[in-house]
Amino acid sequence: MRRIIVHRKVSGSPRVPLAALSAALILAAGLVAAGEAVPPAAALKPPLRLEDTGLYADAATLAVDPRHLAFSPQYPLWTDGAAKRRWISLPPGTAIDGSDPEAWVFPVGTRLWKEFSFAGRPIETRYLERLADGRWLYAAYAWSADGREARLVSERGQRGAFPLGNGRSHTIPGISDCKACHQGGRSDVLGFSALQLSPDRDPGAVHGEPRRFAEVDLKELIARGLLVGHPPSHEAPRIAAASATERAALGYLHGNCGHCHNAAGPLRTVGLYLRYEAGSNVAPALASAVAHPVKRPAPGQSPEALMRIEPGHPDRSALIERAASRYPALQMPPLGTELIDEEALALLRRWVAEAEAPRQKAQLNEKGQIR
Amino acid sequence: MNGPLPLLVAAALLVPAVSLAQGTATSEQVRRGEYLVTIGSCHDCHTPLKTGPAGPEPDMSRALSGHPQDLPVKAPARLPEPWMAAASATLTAWSGPWGVSFAANLTPDPETGVLRDFTEEQFIQTLRTGRHQGQGRPILPPMPWPFIGRMTDEDLKAVFAYLRQVPAVRNKVPDPLPPAP
Repeated sequence: MRRIIVHRKVSGSPRVPLAALSAALILAAGLVAAGEAVPPAAALKPPLRLEDTGLYADAATLAVDPRHLAFSPQYPLWTDGAAKRRWISLPPGTAIDGSDPEAWVFPVGTRLWKEFSFAGRPIETRYLERLADGRWLYAAYAWSADGREARLVSERGQRGAFPLGNGRSHTIPGISDCKACHQGGRSDVLGFSALQLSPDRDPGAVHGEPRRFAEVDLKELIARGLLVGHPPSHEAPRIAAASATERAALGYLHGNCGHCHNAAGPLRTVGLYLRYEAGSNVAPALASAVAHPVKRPAPGQSPEALMRIEPGHPDRSALIERAASRYPALQMPPLGTELIDEEALALLRRWVAEAEAPRQKAQLNEKGQIR
Repeated sequence: MNGPLPLLVAAALLVPAVSLAQGTATSEQVRRGEYLVTIGSCHDCHTPLKTGPAGPEPDMSRALSGHPQDLPVKAPARLPEPWMAAASATLTAWSGPWGVSFAANLTPDPETGVLRDFTEEQFIQTLRTGRHQGQGRPILPPMPWPFIGRMTDEDLKAVFAYLRQVPAVRNKVPDPLPPAP
């Protein structure tokens, strides 16, 4: 019988080059600019070339190592229309501890890659690796114009990686921005979870794709012994919703907002919970957003947007206004996107227009848990 | 706003170090926080300057309360070449290619203090990532978070503890203004 090793969790812009301007002003004030602040470095430094992370079986042909597992979340993150490919690699003989469906524990040595392409050519590949001390190593690699190799990007990221039109461009995020989202909840890994890999995929998911050939899902992970301890009652999680529109809208909010707006991370005090828990039968988003007053208006927010979501009135709903903005002080998500996701916005507007507050309002306790 | 202002800004920056906020320090952590806030130049932008016989000096009656609400700023400065940025005479409003930013009210006023909703964890993350509450909108220039974010957790906790107990000043700092079209 194959020995399975399960590792327990160790521990719980604006368009102008603001960083440069800020640095200039800091110098003008007689202070010392020290570059982007990053928490203490991980023990290992990422390789300088993507191919040295082990993604490819053959670096010359860029053939991905067939031992890696390709996957696609059912509710993908919007990145200004980028096409994405994703892989995960678990060390031989190990498995993910899935006993808590909301916070899978990945074995030391787990690696994940996410490739972003615009206009048919790769622009960047992001990389995560779980280190021996339990922390995650973060890195991003920028592709050469000929698409032959990708090299490590500075911890500060790289602006202007691909023109998106109207003076905007794709930014490869700095490490602190990566962590702003990836460390916003209970697991650094996003998009590889019970709900996102459910075999009961949402056909109405915005930008959702059918599961591709050879991509793993929750069912296959369990069958292959790569996920252990997962509760049998959660083998095909599905968002409980009053309609197909609501299911897709809640899924979009889960995949695009829930990594920060959840009840477990640093922003829990905001009291907006857009992450859907895989084993739940009610969405915290309904109780914390629908007919819920705005806590503090953001700069530039309309004075008419008094509620996060005002049922029946998308034009008076702060969540809609912020999703429809790319003014840095107002926009949501606040990073990782330069262009409004029009398809998602149409879905969200339709959902809010159909929403009925009292029927759908659940109750949350002070910790954001469903009563 | 025009040419002479940048000179005023430079003059203001030459003002000797701000005097220590008179302490209600009751613990080593708060005393450490007071020390760090003082030598970290937080007062330079977050305490408005007033001009008296000795020239511009920090108005400690409004210590750390940010840009005064009674000093409206309606539009970004228009600057001739080669100037890039300008500041109000209080040194609490800054205009540049990002629009206009206003120094925040760091006092514990329950209605207008920017930290009223911050946990200690969010405060630390804000200075590590340069984002509001650690994950939200970007903090605008000239807030020097890139080097402040290199402080240890212990020091940032001390700063937070100190700011929690300075005298509250009721002052609603305006929202930032977008860049001129």
